[in-house]
Amino acid sequence: MLHRWRGFALGIFAVIIAVGSLTGAMTLLKLHDLQTQKILNEKEEETEKKMAVLKDEMRKATLKLKFNLLILPKQQNIRDLHMKGYPSEYMPEEYVTRLANSGIIVVRHFLPSLQQRIKWPEKNRTITLIGTRGEVPNLHKDPRRPLVQPVPPGTIVLGYGLHHSLGLHNGDKVKLLGREFTVHKCHEERGSKDDYTAWIHLSQAQELLDKEGHINAILALECICQGVEGLLMKVREEIKQILPGTQVIEMGTKAIARAEARAKVGQEAKSAVERERRHRTKMRSEREFFAAVLVPLVMVACAVWIGLLAFNNVRDRKVEIGIQRAIGFRAGQIMFLFLSKFLIMGLLGGLLGIFTGLGLGRWLALVLEDDMEGIATAGELFNPGLLLLCLITAPMLAVISGWLPTMFAIRQDPADVLREV
Amino acid sequence: MVEFKNITKIYDGPEGKVTALDKVSLSVQPGEFLAVCGPSGCGKTTLLLTAGGLLRPSKGQLNLDGSDPYGVSPEMRSKIRARMIGFVFQQFHLIPYLTVRQNILAPSLALPTKKAGQRAQELISSFGLDDRAGHVPAQISTGQKQRTALARALLNKPKIILADEPTGNLDEGNANTVLSYLSQYVAEGGCVLLVTHDVRTAAHATRTLEMSRGQLVE
Ligand SMILES: Nc1ncnc2c1ncn2[C@@H]1O[C@H](COP(=O)(O)OP(=O)(O)OP(=O)(O)O)[C@@H](O)[C@H]1O
Ligand SMILES: [Mg+2]
Repeated sequence: MLHRWRGFALGIFAVIIAVGSLTGAMTLLKLHDLQTQKILNEKEEETEKKMAVLKDEMRKATLKLKFNLLILPKQQNIRDLHMKGYPSEYMPEEYVTRLANSGIIVVRHFLPSLQQRIKWPEKNRTITLIGTRGEVPNLHKDPRRPLVQPVPPGTIVLGYGLHHSLGLHNGDKVKLLGREFTVHKCHEERGSKDDYTAWIHLSQAQELLDKEGHINAILALECICQGVEGLLMKVREEIKQILPGTQVIEMGTKAIARAEARAKVGQEAKSAVERERRHRTKMRSEREFFAAVLVPLVMVACAVWIGLLAFNNVRDRKVEIGIQRAIGFRAGQIMFLFLSKFLIMGLLGGLLGIFTGLGLGRWLALVLEDDMEGIATAGELFNPGLLLLCLITAPMLAVISGWLPTMFAIRQDPADVLREV
Repeated sequence: MVEFKNITKIYDGPEGKVTALDKVSLSVQPGEFLAVCGPSGCGKTTLLLTAGGLLRPSKGQLNLDGSDPYGVSPEMRSKIRARMIGFVFQQFHLIPYLTVRQNILAPSLALPTKKAGQRAQELISSFGLDDRAGHVPAQISTGQKQRTALARALLNKPKIILADEPTGNLDEGNANTVLSYLSQYVAEGGCVLLVTHDVRTAAHATRTLEMSRGQLVE
């Protein structure tokens, strides 16, 4: 009696281990997924917050962000411009008026200029001569304090390198290409080509350079970006439409760089999330592999165990089987009697195994993962699919394991048993 | 009821062939209590298992209530046993974890019959096992064990009882009780084939045959 129950209990125990390892592995993987979801959600949320802050900063910054555009004749080679330091192509001066009257609202000032590298014959020097007439205010904007002091006709503004080496001061008279100018202003040292630049009024420059009615650049100053990065591009497009014979380049401002920096931060945050996701996926596949090897191994071991128990059991009950045959039990009936026991063993073990597995998986997750705060309870992890799986797998495992030994015992000749003793 | 026609049973033992039954011919009819007597190893158990459809003879033919049980499928053979035959063994062969009542009812699991419970209760009462019906075999006396075994053999109202040394483990009182129950069953139209080495047991039979080295001797 006791022996029989011990065998049965051991059988249930084997099933519990088998089912427990199966559900345990499944629970661990499930918890892993939940944890992954949690981590990624947190990371994504964090990224989103970061991005929101960045966007806000960007918006605030670009609200006041001013950028400068240089409008050049279309045929101007930009490489040439950078190599020589001044534009070499020309466009009509009338373009400035057209632009100013076009109603393009975001650009506050237009500064036409005519520039050329020339020899200053009187002083025997090469200089950049710039003719400018001060800015042309956008008619559709409030006239404001002028950005660049205009150069009055008959005067000259000198860069540091020129006035310093020539010993010129404000108010001195100086000759340029046969014409006399009064020094209007001497610039501080700037460390750029400005130091060797002389500024005169545009009309005089046109006259001196024999380029009446022509300019070769318009500087659009203080284009005000309304906080949308795309606007920069829009402005360029707009200008190109008003003046088809021109090209527009950005000059010495950081609007584009900032937008790029922001995009980069966003990209980095995204790739961090992606990295984490990859890490978790790799971890999962490692665990999956582990489970895929270990679980079947445990199941097979348990099946063998149950098989051995069954073998023991039927051997001990050989006489009983013989008597049952003598009484008139058919082999199938005896088989059924035995296997139904394994079925019950499987069902009971399966039921108990689920909870063992849930607990085991949960415990493993707690050991293997950090920060398992708010981990799902065993109750939450339980689901009918799992129950169904266990209630199918476990009895199958038990019945199949018990099948062979039982079959073997039943096929033995009952006469041998009954004749003995 | 049971008829042996020239039945020979040869075992393939580890030390060569053993002829346990040698051209045995006999028959038992309803209302007959046949005792086969013989010394140990003469083939008595072999005879009984052959008669019960548990041991296929090497030669010859068995006729059990008009048909040969060895000519049908194992399932059919089991059914024939359940319906027609009751076994009683010297070692009782009760199922140890079942109670007296459950043991007696065991054949009704093999062959579901109507009113099996009522029939079991009748047998329990008439065999004086009322106060032991809920006990398991380990808790009852040898006499009670054999009475339980006999009750089990009788549950499905078999046409023949095959008894192998049923009194071998019993004292004289209990032996007589069991034998008188068998006589009663025969008187009610049953038929008994009993094998024993004990001549006193054979005294209860209506007919006795001697057996020696697998052969029947008148
Ligand atoms: N499986 C077997 N293989 C070989 N020989 C066997 C086998 N079973 C029985 N025998 C032999 O067959 C003969 C008859 O055996 P059986 O069991 O029928 O004797 P028995 O008359 O019932 O003896 P006992 O009174 O001791 O029970 C014996 O000599 C026995 O050794
Ligand atoms: Mg014997």
